[in-house]
Amino acid sequence: MSRGLARFFAGAVASFGLAAVVWEAFAWSGLFSPALSPSLRVIVPTLVGMVSSGMIFLHIGYTLYRILWGLALALLLGIPVGLLMGRFKAAERFVLPLVSVLSPIPSLAWVPVFILWFGLGDAASIALVFYAATFPVVLNTWTGVRSVNRLWIRAAQAMGAGGADLFRKVVLPGSLPFVIAGFRQAFARSWIAVVGGEMIAATNWGLGWVIFDSKEFLRADMMLGTLIVIGVLGVGFERLVFQQLERRTVGRWGMVRTAKA
Amino acid sequence: MDQIELRAVSFEYTANGRRVLALSDVAFGVGVSEFVCVVGRSGCGKTTLLNILAGFLTPTKGEVLMDGKTLHGRGLDRGVVFQDFAQLFPWRTAQRNVEFGLEMKGVPRDERAATARRFLTLVGLDKFTGAYPHELSGGMQQRVAIARALAYNPSVLLMDEPFAALDALTREDMQRLLADVWRETKKTVVYVTHNVAEAVYLADRIVIMTPHPGTVKSQITVTLRRPRDPLSIEFLEYQKRVVADL
Ligand SMILES: Nc1ncnc2c1ncn2[C@@H]1O[C@H](COP(=O)(O)OP(=O)(O)O)[C@@H](O)[C@H]1O
Ligand SMILES: [Mg+2]
Repeated sequence: MSRGLARFFAGAVASFGLAAVVWEAFAWSGLFSPALSPSLRVIVPTLVGMVSSGMIFLHIGYTLYRILWGLALALLLGIPVGLLMGRFKAAERFVLPLVSVLSPIPSLAWVPVFILWFGLGDAASIALVFYAATFPVVLNTWTGVRSVNRLWIRAAQAMGAGGADLFRKVVLPGSLPFVIAGFRQAFARSWIAVVGGEMIAATNWGLGWVIFDSKEFLRADMMLGTLIVIGVLGVGFERLVFQQLERRTVGRWGMVRTAKA
Repeated sequence: MDQIELRAVSFEYTANGRRVLALSDVAFGVGVSEFVCVVGRSGCGKTTLLNILAGFLTPTKGEVLMDGKTLHGRGLDRGVVFQDFAQLFPWRTAQRNVEFGLEMKGVPRDERAATARRFLTLVGLDKFTGAYPHELSGGMQQRVAIARALAYNPSVLLMDEPFAALDALTREDMQRLLADVWRETKKTVVYVTHNVAEAVYLADRIVIMTPHPGTVKSQITVTLRRPRDPLSIEFLEYQKRVVADL
């Protein structure tokens, strides 16, 4: 293990240790009944049970399936739209008002509408993720294009680049730090959307559904266990996907400083 | 016949309704394989002049002839090197930066790579073909930029204070290197600088400009033998003559 990684773990252990102590103090304070604020001694075995029975992985699978589909669609639409907005004033004038009006609407406000359209199940949740993720992708990509160093454009033009070549070989890589930032932000918003969506629109599967369903049975330990799972998944994606992506591209190229392992 | 000929070139910027006459009736020629330095205080229109030659700007009045024909816009017959190190593409290695112009020309991959390596060797960077720009020093980045501007074989090299942001020692190394590169490639060079010693070291002819508005004050042909010795009496005499006209 590298020293950087060891340090990361030392820091993590310290902060989680403190959080656990604070939680236990709260759980034992008697502020709420033990059934509502269970001790870690109850949560952890529940979590272990969820993992060892394998059920949790099915729920994770459903939730990730919805997130990844929604995100993929958002990237597929959002990146080209953002690029066009940055490139053509007309596209910007056309899209920006729409984005400005739609993007502040919380994705959860659309849940009833999407249930009416798509019914209960995957489609409604995917649509919700798509809605939540598209705007950060569009806005960041658009900003990225406008922030591309003018000198790169000039240099490329001096070497005969124009049109599609200029776009593909200079504008796109040049705006990548922002595109990745948008991707990251979209992923965070996707979690909010999917968990919220699953609480209302999902049938029997998904982490959001587990949380909501646990409430019905007063299983606070299960709710909190699932929250921990969501947190762990978030960290996993951040470190395995986003940090790797950054380190191998814009970090490698010195366009952004990356977090050290 | 001159390869480049500026005929009464004027250029006016319009910024927020205010008009700035950056160049007024600038006229001079540049011969084939000639090294011309344009020298003048900051604000005398050197960058504007170079941007016109590169085709980024069009003269408000007058015209530029290249090989006898009126210049229109950019072209692969000219290579451009800017002052700012940031001109390199950070997402491409040194070699892939140098390949860019060749890519635009449709040169096949193997040939591209070979040519790029040849020009990186010419500027002394054969060991750094795989390095990304941020891993190179300022001087090395400017050498990559020179290799990049030469690789697609333009007949004219346009340079805007390429070494101004370097420390004095590196700058002298780079001037020597550029003199060598020029001797080997025999490009026509228009080199903009505000550094008098640099101009005397590099130039066949020095065009001196004065500001408000930018005009050509005088031209001095430098007949010193190369390689030139910046500490010789003759070299200092030339410097004095240039400074007197600035
Ligand atoms: N984009 C611009 N808009 C308005 N005025 C400009 C612009 N660029 C340069 N100028 C003006 O034109 C004159 C010449 O500028 P420039 O060509 O950059 O000179 P130099 O490179 O010799 O320092 C200066 O007075 C400058 O303020
Ligand atoms: Mg300048």
